[in-house]
Amino acid sequence: MYTTEQYEGMIAETITIKGDNGDEIHTYFARPQGPGPFPAVVVIHHLPGWDETYRDFTRKLAHHGYLAISPDLYCRDAHGAPEDVAAAVRADGGAPDDRVMADVKGAADYVLSLPSSNGKVGVWGTCSGGRHAFLAGCRLDMFDAVVECWGGNVIMGPDQLTDKQPVSPNEYTDDLSAPLLGLFGDLDQSPTAEQVNQHEAELKAAGKDYEFHRYPEAGHGFFYYHAPIYHQSSAVDGWEKMFDFFSRNLS
Amino acid sequence: MCTMICERTNMEGSGKGREGWFPLKNANVSYDHPFNAPWEYAVNIDFVNEDKGVGARVAVELSPESAKRLAEAIITALERGEADPQIQVSVL
Repeated sequence: MYTTEQYEGMIAETITIKGDNGDEIHTYFARPQGPGPFPAVVVIHHLPGWDETYRDFTRKLAHHGYLAISPDLYCRDAHGAPEDVAAAVRADGGAPDDRVMADVKGAADYVLSLPSSNGKVGVWGTCSGGRHAFLAGCRLDMFDAVVECWGGNVIMGPDQLTDKQPVSPNEYTDDLSAPLLGLFGDLDQSPTAEQVNQHEAELKAAGKDYEFHRYPEAGHGFFYYHAPIYHQSSAVDGWEKMFDFFSRNLS
Repeated sequence: MCTMICERTNMEGSGKGREGWFPLKNANVSYDHPFNAPWEYAVNIDFVNEDKGVGARVAVELSPESAKRLAEAIITALERGEADPQIQVSVL
């Protein structure tokens, strides 16, 4: 926790890392100044894009003492205003899961390679990024903590599967290799309360280390301060739970 | 974005974007999270021309009922125009 007499400084900038297939992709990287060692978090942006909201989220994590790194998952698709890029990706069926996983691994590898790393790394995302965070916790055996915020389409029906999203993420539940924190709004339509129930039941049946917190007055995207779906009390509590979870698992 | 429901169709016509008019190539109609409209889900229509970059986009985000009224209005206008023998669509 910061106190007023402390020095604080951070560096936040766009860098380039190696992603899937060795491709160079843009990444927003915010980190506290100083030698560390610092824990790290890979911040997976939502389907609306690599936008200002996610830059704010990334800096917020750095403010709390994390090496926070957010790769542009649409870097290969296009460049332009984040909404325009996201609209194009939306029309094209979203980013391929395999590519996203490799990009997330590239971001985690990068921060773990830094002398200021404490050797631990978490992963967090909201919306489609929440889905990707859960997938990363299952498919990449390298994370120490996973935070899934209202991951849509963690449970997919056969008619929803595509070449880009060929497997429903919950099929990987047995492979989850890190403690999981899930934050959900009961009024959300994706995931629905029933889907969250199923998700939790599958984690429990698999004997996984997880904790779910559900907010009865919140819908989808309740952290998004720029949108009417923001829900103040749920967001404040959700941020506290997330920082507590990361503190316990990444220190 | 979470639903991934998106229908694409070819377009002929013009759209007016942030840099003026441009020829349209496609319309993308999704039922998913909007960027700006105040609902969790909306019918989002993007008139685009990918050849001119992702910024060549005219976007609207509609409530489902608004989208239905728009679809009905388009059909009604089409039926009225096509019923008039004096109206012919041709390139001037």
